[in-house]
Amino acid sequence: MVRLVAFLVGVFFSGMLLLGLGDTVITAIKEPAVPTAEHDFYEKPLAVSFAHDGPLGKFDRGQLQRGLKVYSEVCAACHGLSLVSFRNFADLGYSEDEVKAIAKGWKTEVPTINPETGEPATRPAIPADRIPSPFANEVAARAANNNALPPDLSLITKARADGPAYVYSLLLGYREQVGYKNAEGKELLKEFPEAATPPGLNFNPWFATLNIAMAQPISADDQVTYDDGTKATQEQMAKDVSAFLTWTAEPKLENRKSAGWAALGFLIIFTGLAWMSYKTIWAGKKH
Amino acid sequence: MSFPWAQQYKPQSTVMQWVDERLPLPRLVYNAVGAGYPVPRNLNYFWNFGVLAGVALVIQIVTGIVLAMHYYASIDGAFNSVEHIMRDVNAGWFLRYAHMNGASFFFIVVYIHIFRGLFYGSYKAPREMIWLLGVTIFLLMMATAFMGYVLPWGQMSFWGAQVITGFFSAIPLVGEPLRQWLLGGFAPDQAALNRFFSLHYLMPFVIAGVIILHVWALHIPGSSNPTGVSVKGEQDTVPFHPYYTAKDGFGLGIFLIAFVVVTFFAPNLLGHPDNYIPANPLSTPAHIVPEWYFLPFYAILKAFTVDFAIPFTGIILVPAKLMGVLAMFGSILLLFFLPWLDTSPVRSGHYRPLFRKFFWFGLIPCLVVLTYVGAQPPYTQWVVLSQLGAAYYFAHFLIILPIISRIERPLPLPNSITEAVTGKPLQTEAVAETPLRPAVA
Repeated sequence: MVRLVAFLVGVFFSGMLLLGLGDTVITAIKEPAVPTAEHDFYEKPLAVSFAHDGPLGKFDRGQLQRGLKVYSEVCAACHGLSLVSFRNFADLGYSEDEVKAIAKGWKTEVPTINPETGEPATRPAIPADRIPSPFANEVAARAANNNALPPDLSLITKARADGPAYVYSLLLGYREQVGYKNAEGKELLKEFPEAATPPGLNFNPWFATLNIAMAQPISADDQVTYDDGTKATQEQMAKDVSAFLTWTAEPKLENRKSAGWAALGFLIIFTGLAWMSYKTIWAGKKH
Repeated sequence: MSFPWAQQYKPQSTVMQWVDERLPLPRLVYNAVGAGYPVPRNLNYFWNFGVLAGVALVIQIVTGIVLAMHYYASIDGAFNSVEHIMRDVNAGWFLRYAHMNGASFFFIVVYIHIFRGLFYGSYKAPREMIWLLGVTIFLLMMATAFMGYVLPWGQMSFWGAQVITGFFSAIPLVGEPLRQWLLGGFAPDQAALNRFFSLHYLMPFVIAGVIILHVWALHIPGSSNPTGVSVKGEQDTVPFHPYYTAKDGFGLGIFLIAFVVVTFFAPNLLGHPDNYIPANPLSTPAHIVPEWYFLPFYAILKAFTVDFAIPFTGIILVPAKLMGVLAMFGSILLLFFLPWLDTSPVRSGHYRPLFRKFFWFGLIPCLVVLTYVGAQPPYTQWVVLSQLGAAYYFAHFLIILPIISRIERPLPLPNSITEAVTGKPLQTEAVAETPLRPAVA
């Protein structure tokens, strides 16, 4: 009885699946999938390497400081960093006084209330504060950005596939759309004339829909003046800020890797000893 | 416990003797995982994975309890409380990554454990009850893992909850009210998050309870072994301790090395980037994908594309969506009937030439394909593969297995475990193979 019912259920499910397979194939032949501009012209993130890559990688503190400078002078105008506190900047190699100065000098002040009137007010930031967001709320952010919402950047390198390379590529990925050809030599507007970037958006093949609301943020060399004398090329700025955003997303990266090596060392010794006791105990016992 | 020659517990100290006389807990442990449990001497490394699954559960419970001390089950605060754990709680990043990857490793271990059972026929008499309890544990694990994935309240948490609870709305008549009752609202919201947290905390302890029954049921007939031949005498077994405690210790070391490599050096490898975006009910992700361990079942769900209808009348008997949901649950529930579908008296796949071919060249590739296409967008080639894979999956268990167990001519079995190991025939007279348990000591 069990086997009969099972057989019937099996025939039903497998039969319906094979029927569906036929249907899928016929549909695919009758109505072949229409190629889309997003599918054919989207570019995977560029290959870029960082000091913190790999199991032994450590953050390049100088690079993180440069990245912070790019963030605060370019990105912070629109993008928040709400999960990071000023005190965390001590991890970038800043002294306590320097952190205080960065907080105090931050362009956006921290919302508070006037202690006498209870009216909304702002005050300069202190190290214990989170980085203040550039807009009071989502409505204000959208109102100032043509109805687009600039995402918070705290976790951006973990919230995108191949995150650090994604940020780097996106920042450098703005192109003139007229006449744009991909690596295969196909011209976008010839293949997909309807894919022309709508007004208010910007063409960027490293963005999933090819059109991004954000205007090109890094557009010229020396847009930021680095304190350490590094030449601020566009590639350098894009790379530094993606390294910085890797740190904001994963501030414990170095602790994680060093703890990993310690755990691995312990376990290799443990496993070796376990192997020896296994061999000793089973010695002479055929199995 | 199970064999007459099992060693008896002898308290080493007066304290243990005092305890044992009043509460024979030391005796219980001794008989369960100590020298009092005789185990076949020929177990291979696949037999390590039961103990490893137990360790994985302990890792999940310990890390989970500490995480719950810092987690905040609120739709406004859950995401940030997880980030608080990652950034500000002492070693919080470790607890969270260990818990997150611990779930994946729990599934890896349990899948290998299940495949061990499938290949070596561990579900056959007299071990059906162990298998049934095992499938129950697997179902409980899936529910627990799903609810755990919702807790960080990221984009995939929210939309995963939306999709999975949406399965229930495919049930005719009561579906939609049932879904709302389960969620406590029209969509996943605070009520759903709170109850998922409550159940996610509860269910591991239910799993632990069923594991006790699983191990209890195991100790009635004793462990199976790679030859599938029953234990015939004392020479076929060794005491669990120290023989298998030592072997499991080594296996545990290898398991923990793999776990540590992923947890510390590639902690987000098995996760989805979208879950680092806070949940947004107004923005649907481009591809909603479950965790990797659900992908084969998700592929089966998506593989059903045509309604079951009476031709030319337009009367739909079973809509494709409902069929997909039934098939997805059916794909796991059919495992409950496996002991009665595979009627071959030979347990081990080693001695079943036909079964072995379908296992390695049918079932395993089919599951690899289903896992892969489960994560793919619905392009024609992936839909076709998922339909082929799912059709084979059901055919394998429901049609092919019952047939091959009838027509197959198994290879000759060794007379005993000892003979298989040493190549020498047994010295003592072989005891007739009994399908049920030997006399309890």
